[in-house]
Formats: sequence, C-alpha cells, structure tokens
Amino acid sequence: MAEKKKEINPKKTPMPEQEPLVRIENFNEVALGYSVKNAIAEAERCLSCKKAPCVGGCPVEVDIPAFIQFVKEGDFLKAVKKIKEKNILPAICGRVCPQEDQCEKYCTLGKKYEPIAIGRLERFVADFEREKGLVEGFEVPKPNGKKVAVIGSGPSGLTVAGDLVKLGYDITIFEALHKPGGVLVYGIPEFRLPKKVVQAEIEFLQKMGVKIQTDVVVGKTVTIDELLNQEYQAVFIGIGAGLPLFMGIEGENLNGVYSANEFLTRVNLMKAYLFPEYDTPIKRGEKVAVVGGGNVALDSARTALRLGAKKVYLVYRRSEKEMPCRHEEFEHAKEEGVEFIFLTLPKRILSRGNGWVGAIECIKMILGEPDETGRRRPVPVSGSEFILDVDVVVVAIGTRANPLLPSTTPGLRLNEKGYIKINEIGRTSKKGVFAGGDIVTGSATVISAMGAGRTAARAIDEYLSK
Amino acid sequence: MFEILKKEELAPEIYLIEVKAEEVAKKALPGQFVIIRVDEVGERIPLTIVDFKSQNKSITLVFQAVGKTTKKLASLKVGDKIVDLVGPLGKPTEIKKYGKVICVAGGIGAAPIFPIARELKRAKNYVITILGARSKELLILEGNLLAVSHELHITTDDGSKGRHGLVTDALKELIKENKVDLVIAIGPAIMMKFVSEVTKPEKIKTIVSLNPIMVDGTGMCGACRVEVGEKTKFCCVDGPDFDGHLVDWNLLLSRQKVYLEEEKIALESLSEKAS
Ligand SMILES: Cc1cc2nc3c(=O)[nH]c(=O)nc-3n(C[C@H](O)[C@H](O)[C@H](O)COP(=O)(O)OP(=O)(O)OC[C@H]3O[C@@H](n4cnc5c(N)ncnc54)[C@H](O)[C@@H]3O)c2cc1C
Ligand code: SF4
Ligand code: FES
Repeated sequence: MAEKKKEINPKKTPMPEQEPLVRIENFNEVALGYSVKNAIAEAERCLSCKKAPCVGGCPVEVDIPAFIQFVKEGDFLKAVKKIKEKNILPAICGRVCPQEDQCEKYCTLGKKYEPIAIGRLERFVADFEREKGLVEGFEVPKPNGKKVAVIGSGPSGLTVAGDLVKLGYDITIFEALHKPGGVLVYGIPEFRLPKKVVQAEIEFLQKMGVKIQTDVVVGKTVTIDELLNQEYQAVFIGIGAGLPLFMGIEGENLNGVYSANEFLTRVNLMKAYLFPEYDTPIKRGEKVAVVGGGNVALDSARTALRLGAKKVYLVYRRSEKEMPCRHEEFEHAKEEGVEFIFLTLPKRILSRGNGWVGAIECIKMILGEPDETGRRRPVPVSGSEFILDVDVVVVAIGTRANPLLPSTTPGLRLNEKGYIKINEIGRTSKKGVFAGGDIVTGSATVISAMGAGRTAARAIDEYLSK
Repeated sequence: MFEILKKEELAPEIYLIEVKAEEVAKKALPGQFVIIRVDEVGERIPLTIVDFKSQNKSITLVFQAVGKTTKKLASLKVGDKIVDLVGPLGKPTEIKKYGKVICVAGGIGAAPIFPIARELKRAKNYVITILGARSKELLILEGNLLAVSHELHITTDDGSKGRHGLVTDALKELIKENKVDLVIAIGPAIMMKFVSEVTKPEKIKTIVSLNPIMVDGTGMCGACRVEVGEKTKFCCVDGPDFDGHLVDWNLLLSRQKVYLEEEKIALESLSEKAS
C-alpha cells in the first residue's frame, strides 16, 4: 500500500531577518539567509512537477525542479551547479529577482498555498558554495584568438563576458566607474545585496580570464570605432539606462535635492554612510521625502532611514496597487517605518530661505481612466495642495538612456527615446556591435539584462564563427 | 593605478603634478577635465586638464590643497600612485578664429586657461591674458601664459605686483581700448560672475568654465546641475563651458557650498590621523 502522502506546509519557510528596529540602525543585510534545515524543509514542499511551470516563468530557464531536488537530497553543490548551467549570478539573482512575478508566480503549489520560495533556495545554495569556499571554475577551452570588447560591467555585460570566455574568447570589459558591477554596486544598497557577494561573482569571472578595465568611459577615453579598428572583432554595449530624470518643477536644484542615482551612488559606491572614514559626504536629512514608487524609490527611502532620518515619506502619484516595486521591498519598508503618501504629486520644492530645501508642496490625485500602460492615470484634485516639511528630497522617478556613448558612435540606430535598437538576437544597426540590458529596454531587471546578455553572446559567437 | 611623474609647488599650497595616463593624454583637448580618486577610501573630484603630452603619455594637473582630497593629493610624492583617473570628460572649449580674445584667469584658473590661450593663439587670434591673484606669491604660470599671449596683464588684490585691483578692473579698461570679440574667464565662481557682469552690457560673448561639485562626471548622477538660460544642465556632459551671461551664478555659488560642514569634519579627521 502506498504510503500516505506527507502533509504540505501551506506557507513558505520564513526567511530569518534582522528585526526592523535593529536593522534601520545598520547597513547590514536584512534577510539573513536560510539554514541547512530551513532549505531542506522548503525544498521538501516542492512537488517536482513534470511540466514544471516555474521554469517557463524564469527568463533564463533555470531547471528549477532539478536544482530543488538536489537541495532535498542535501547535495547543495550539485544544486548550485545545476543553476549555474543557466544563470552565472545565482547569489545575486536569489536576492534581487522579482520571483513573485516570475518563477514563483507560476508555481503549481501557488494555486492553493504559498509557492515554493525558489529565490531563497537559489540564494541559499549559492551562498553555501561561496561561504564554504567551494566555488569551482569551469574548464576554459583553448583561446580561439578572437577578442571581444564588452562595454559596461552590469549584469548584461558580465553575462556576455562569462558566456564568451567559456567558449574561448578573449574578453575585456570596459567600465566607466572605478568599480565593476553596474547598478549592482552603485545602485542596489548593501542591506539588500552585500557588495562582497557581487565582488565574489566578478572575481570568479576574472579568474576565468575575463579582463576588466575600470576608469574607461567609452565615447570619451576611447570610441567604439577605435575598439573595432584596433583589436576587437566585436563589441557588446551594456551601459544601462543611467541618466536620471528630474520632475522639472520649481526648486529642484536647491541644496538637499538629490537624484536617486546620486543619493545611492554616494552611499553605495562611495560609502558615504561611513563618512568621515570614507571621504565622500552625504547630507543626512532629519525629514526626507522620496518621490517615486519603484525599487529605486524604496531603496532610497530605506537608505535615508539608515542614515538617521527621523521621518521618511515616500510620495507616489498612484496608489499602492500600482507600485512597480518588489512586494518584499514594500513590506520591508513598511516595517521599517517609511510613511507612504499615495496619490500625491509634488508641485514645487520650497526653500528654507538660504538655498536649502525646506518643504515640498504637493497636490492630491485621484485615479482616472487607464493610460497606455493599462494603469489608471492619476489626475490632480484642484485645491488639495498641502505642504510637507522636509530637509532632503530624493527624486526617484526613473532614468533614461545616457546619450554620451551613442552620440560618439556613428551608425548606431536609436529609437525615439534614445535607447539602442537591436534585432531579436541582439544585433545593432552597426556591424559587429551588439547590445542588451537597460540600454535597449529601458530600466528593467537584473535577470532580463542577463537574459539579453546570453542572447547577445550567442549571436556574437555565431557572428565570429562565420 | 596612475603614477605621479613630476610634482612642483607653484605657490604656497598650489601644486602642479604630471600624472601618467596614456589614453587620456592621447585624447585630451583644452577645456576638458578628469575625475580622480586619490586612494581606496577617496572621493571622486574633477580637475581640469592643464596640459597633455602624448609623447610622455602624461597629463598635467594643477590644484590648490584646500580640502581633504587635495591635501591628500598634495602629500603624495613623485613615484606614488593615485588609484583612479578617468577622462577626458566634458566638452572641449571651442577653438577657432574669433579675432581679439581676452583670457581672464583668477587664482589657479591660470592653469586651465593656459592650453586654451595657447590654442587660441595658434588659431590666429590676438590673445590678451589677464592674470589675477590675491597677492604676488599666488600668481602662477606667469611665464607660460606670457609665452602664449600677445599681451599679459597682471593684477593683484593687494598691489604687490602688477596692477593693484581685481581682474575686472583691468578687463574694463581693456574693453574700452579694444574691440573685443570674445572673453574667456576661468577662476573662482565669484570672479567669473563679475567678469560676466562686466561684459554683458557691452554684449561681448563670454565663455566661462563652471566648477560645480561632481561625482561620476558622465551624466549619471546630476550632482553637477547648473542653470543656464533658465534650463537645468549637467555641467559634466553639457559643459563645463557655458555662456557666462546666461548662467545662474547664485545657484552655482550656493550649490558649491552643500558640504561646507562635512568638509570641516573631513579635514579634522585628516589632521587627527596625521597627529
Ligand atoms: C536602486 C536600484 C534598485 C534595483 N533593484 C532591482 C531589483 O531588486 N531587482 C531587479 O531585478 N532589478 C533591480 N534594478 C534594476 C537592475 O539593476 C537593472 O535593470 C540592471 O542592473 C541593468 O543591467 P545592465 O547590464 O543593463 O546595466 P547597469 O547595471 O546599469 O550597468 C551598466 C554599466 O555600464 C557602465 N557604463 C555606462 N556608460 C558607459 C560608458 N560610456 N563606458 C563604459 N561604461 C559605461 C555603467 O557605469 C554601469 O556600470 C534596480 C535598479 C536600481 C537603480
Ligand atoms: S512549479 Fe513549484 S512545485 Fe512545481 S517544480 Fe516548480 S517550484 Fe516545484
Ligand atoms: S557629475 Fe554626475 S552627472 Fe555630472
């Protein structure tokens, strides 16, 4: 007689976390990671579906049931190897991917219960491998003598580099900043993605033979045409969408108004939270308003709290439901005491009288008809203006393509918003030049940038094998 | 890592260094700048490129040791290395034949104006340079500027050398005596503001090189926002050269002071470490 089926825990195994009141005093990671016991318990919830729908939800098609099976068996190294067949940055993706919109959204278990915590398991096995010092290199084939230049060291560029070095290409990454990693190092805060995790992934690629030249702004220090004429047979552009948007309202250039890019770069890349041990300063506001509703806005708000703000307001023109951020981040921000002011639009920023921000004037909104994105368009309610006293404002309403590189690259076709046009395999209009990630799609996700990198790497290999 | 090949104290607390940076030296043009970071805990600061020698694969920078970063930089010796140097950034100054050009240099502005004056002279302009400083000891690169100008006028605030007064006093007179086609002013923001105020009623085109606080220098952060003709510009990519008559000077002066308090703390921490 068949054994009675084990009862399934309807809930995900909870993630051990720092307590909210403790964690807002430090920049350490909020989510502490599963223990071996947690991981196995969570893996055992998995039904090992034959036609695993989770895999279809994964932009790079990780064989999820297979890796979870290894976790069940306690063979964490085999599990991480399984993931790495498709995803070279599992410790990063396990932390920052929006699993609720991807693999976990399609999980069979999710129909009745909470889905499997796929992201947490991915993170667990990757951390296990790294922390135990068990990261193994892959066999690098004999060099094929072909050189590829990768511009930008964000997730798209790192993926192209990793995939091509595996095939024997000679890869050099050119990065404008002094540290590689793109948004992973300058944007996403330490408390969500520790920089040592990113660094370990990058060092791994370097060990495999990828060369990284920091402090090179392509378009200024060297141009794409020069790279192609000198020694490189192909170029991949993965420069992200790094140009910050401002609201264009009165008072936006007052002292104390930051773009999210500046605010986060000072704190993450330059380590201003350790000032004066580190030289880069940042204004630590008492009352901070962050404008926007995405991950970037929430990261800024939570960073402001950790810098010691007594009050942090998040001002968003739509309602909670339309927020494009990750759910987990929203919950964390709420627990930490970020105050959400929904359906509200800043109208102008008022000065304290000495060139510094003193307040913002806002207006209330209501949701009207759906717009082209399908979300209901917010419309202002006349006469509903109110004043919010603040001393720091962070504008996190999105970014655009930076024209610096495209403007120095003749023959590179762009769309009307300035993003690079590519075909379905990642080729641009310029011979030998490929592109992917945020510079093609506009701000998206780490995993979609990696997916684009993978596609482009395949196309580059094909192009150079002809 | 970028090695310091040469170091010279031009005046009290004003230094000239030559740094090895092959790629930058090949590409640099007058008016452009680099962003440097001195050490692993360092901040990123912009410095205008004063000269570039592709044969030595090096660039020349001039700075005044006033803040923590510039003091750290000043403490380095020939053979030492700085961790980061990236460039050349910003748009180069537009060099062409204008006719008669007055170059106005205040303080260490003498350094960035030098290659501009040199190229303007090469482009067949008649170049008049005004070099001003608080006092005689602080005048730098006098010989270099003399060599690349048709006329050199010196002013000091205290009268210890040249004309007693401000650069604007000399400028007003020269404008009266000459038909001037262009004025280029580089120096402290307040000096560039006054120069622009002198030339505006005379309708003489005036180019200034703005120096706001920067972080990345590539258009990624917006720290370097300035307002020109009522429009917000990112100085690092849209400038640093702008039409002085259109610049919102009070905004620039105010934004330069964002971190005054923090600068004091940083300096204290530096002297604590030293003692
Ligand atoms: C604060 C923040 C939080 C985020 N949170 C999440 C999240 O939780 N989950 C998620 O999936 N996604 C998140 N994202 C989005 C995600 O980080 C990006 O979609 C992703 O990093 C894009 O990768 P990329 O390779 O296209 O470019 P980037 O990561 O933007 O990297 C581009 C790199 O190119 C360099 N570069 C630019 N121009 C040049 C040039 N001319 N020459 C040389 N180098 C150049 C840049 O300095 C940068 O290092 C977040 C983004 C931000 C800003
Ligand atoms: S859909 Fe869910 S339960 Fe099924 S294999 Fe994937 S993770 Fe496991
Ligand atoms: S310095 Fe960051 S945009 Fe200019």
